[in-house]
Amino acid sequence: MKKPMEHKWGMVIDLDRCTGCEACVAACHAENNIATVGDDQAARGRAMHWIRVERYYEGNFPDIKVKYRPVPCQQCSDAPCEPVCPTYASYHNPEGLNAQIYNRCIGTRYCANACPYLVRFFNFLNPVWDKPLDLQFNPDVSVRSVGIMEKCTFCIQRIKTAEINAQVEKRPLKDGEFNPACVESCPTNAMVFGDLNDPESNVSRLSRSARGTKLLEELGTHPKVTYLKRDTWHNGQNA
Amino acid sequence: MDKTPEQINEDLLRPLDHASWRFYVALVILGSLVLAAFFAWGYQIYNGIGVSGLDRPVFWGFYITNFVFWIGISHAGTLISAILRVSNATWRRPVTRCAEAITVFALSIGAMFPLVHLGRPWLFFWLIPYPSERGIWPQFRSPLLWDFFAINTYLIGSVTFLLLPSFPDFALIRDRAKGWRRKIYAVASLGWRGTPKQWHRLEMAMRIMAVAIIPVAVSVHTIVSWDFAMAPVPGWHSTIFGPYFVAGAIFSGIAALIVAMAILRKLLHLEEYLTPLHFDNLGKLLLVMSLLWFYFVFAERLTTWYGNFPSEMAVFWVTQSGRFSKLFWTMVFCNFIIPAPILAIKNLRTKIGWTVVAAMPIIVGMWLERFLIIVPALSHKYLPYNYGTYKPTWVEITITVGTFAGMGLLYLLFSKVFPIISIWELKLGGQKKPETAPALASQKVAGEQP
Repeated sequence: MKKPMEHKWGMVIDLDRCTGCEACVAACHAENNIATVGDDQAARGRAMHWIRVERYYEGNFPDIKVKYRPVPCQQCSDAPCEPVCPTYASYHNPEGLNAQIYNRCIGTRYCANACPYLVRFFNFLNPVWDKPLDLQFNPDVSVRSVGIMEKCTFCIQRIKTAEINAQVEKRPLKDGEFNPACVESCPTNAMVFGDLNDPESNVSRLSRSARGTKLLEELGTHPKVTYLKRDTWHNGQNA
Repeated sequence: MDKTPEQINEDLLRPLDHASWRFYVALVILGSLVLAAFFAWGYQIYNGIGVSGLDRPVFWGFYITNFVFWIGISHAGTLISAILRVSNATWRRPVTRCAEAITVFALSIGAMFPLVHLGRPWLFFWLIPYPSERGIWPQFRSPLLWDFFAINTYLIGSVTFLLLPSFPDFALIRDRAKGWRRKIYAVASLGWRGTPKQWHRLEMAMRIMAVAIIPVAVSVHTIVSWDFAMAPVPGWHSTIFGPYFVAGAIFSGIAALIVAMAILRKLLHLEEYLTPLHFDNLGKLLLVMSLLWFYFVFAERLTTWYGNFPSEMAVFWVTQSGRFSKLFWTMVFCNFIIPAPILAIKNLRTKIGWTVVAAMPIIVGMWLERFLIIVPALSHKYLPYNYGTYKPTWVEITITVGTFAGMGLLYLLFSKVFPIISIWELKLGGQKKPETAPALASQKVAGEQP
């Protein structure tokens, strides 16, 4: 028998609450020392945002509706990115996260091709930060060099800190005790993070919602991020 | 062939002794293109892979295209030569060494590309399973690792396959040469004296290798295709890819062989050795492969279209009528519409010029095919928000041009070191001995040598 995971970290994103403000994107950059690459590189499709807010437009101007969808790594339970890496840089950690071990990465970029969600980002050049962002690095997160793949970690540094603190104080982790930077920064509480192994946690409860869907669910990757789909409202009535 | 063994020696060893001014001009031109490619690679290693045109989502581009293309070309040789040997096709004799040399060089060039394309190429040796202080093995579930083993196996196999039948020829050169060349060929011929025992062992080894190399060659390109087919990418994830790639590889390989033979024939004055018969026979093979290629493309396209999965249809339409359609239809022209009629008409196929006209576009077309498998699929993967595109930079173009120059350069040097046609096998054919008694026939050949 496989030992059950101690924790199984998951996320719920409520698309009804997301306003597309991109606070999560900015928070993620600051927390995880993500390079800003600069205008020129970003224009060539090399911008790095571990979480992005996808925008889809419906209808024609001026009757236009915008739909937002924040997409971090879906932390798949059956991740296509993992078996294709020839050096184990991309691997499944004991708490079910799709971890990326920067030191092992030799830059084949196969994982990024295999990933259906395109949430893996490659350092095409040595990382740069617009001034004065180079003065506010997070000391808990390593900086990645050229030729290496990087991705959302669910802020593993915060997970580890919380786990160590709980261990020192000899108590179990509380639900909502800590959050990844994106969740913490969301002004509308569109994102909820927690332990899916705890059936009573907020995230477990919400992920069982009838509104819950998975991104590209048909691919069988079993993501640990659940999207709560937008309801349509007419005259204050949920249609 | 009504030439005496002495005349054959004279004709085929002449390129080894003399070099015209044209040789040096070609050497300088091809050499500088290769140097330019190495400079571009150095520039890329120093600055990072970002100097190429690769981006997100097109993480693989020209480099992997070249990789698949050159590995494909490499199927010219060993596979064709092995099949012709196993089936005892006697007309093969002047063709085999040209073909085997293409394999070794194309494979060496192709095998460089995974390194060129790595983000941190200086760590490539992490693919080798060796006990290390890191305490981890490579990931054996990764198709890239299968690739690493398949290509190395094929490279070792095809080098052996090229060298084995060269020993008697090296011995022949050794016996005619003087001074330092004699010493070099003495080492290269590994003490070949042409005794019956040696002939017997050579025959045995060749027979084993010819049979063994066929499954290796088939597996190599199948595994290369699995680099794509294993990933859940629309347009890649297809069971047809294994045989499709192998057929495409043999197809481009034969085309390259025909072009190479035509050039050698002109430059080295081998008109009497590489005859229209050889081009006719290879042309027939090329026709079969062209039809097979068309069948595969048709089957792949039709099933995708009929199945109508939204994510696959995005890739389908962008190649069929979208941004990549010009390249797609050029490919169809180059691989089928131009060569198939030429090769199907006997009056044209039996003329060397026309066979070459049919073969040249196939080399372009097959390069495009590899590109069209890789780039449109990556640029239109699932979520439309992330659709992207790809434009190569001078770095990739220089390196790509450099590989073609490199192929020419290696072949040029090869023709000055090896007799480009296997002399002893040719003489064996001239004796009209039954194929089933090689040992007897071989002894006679051995006896002639001074």
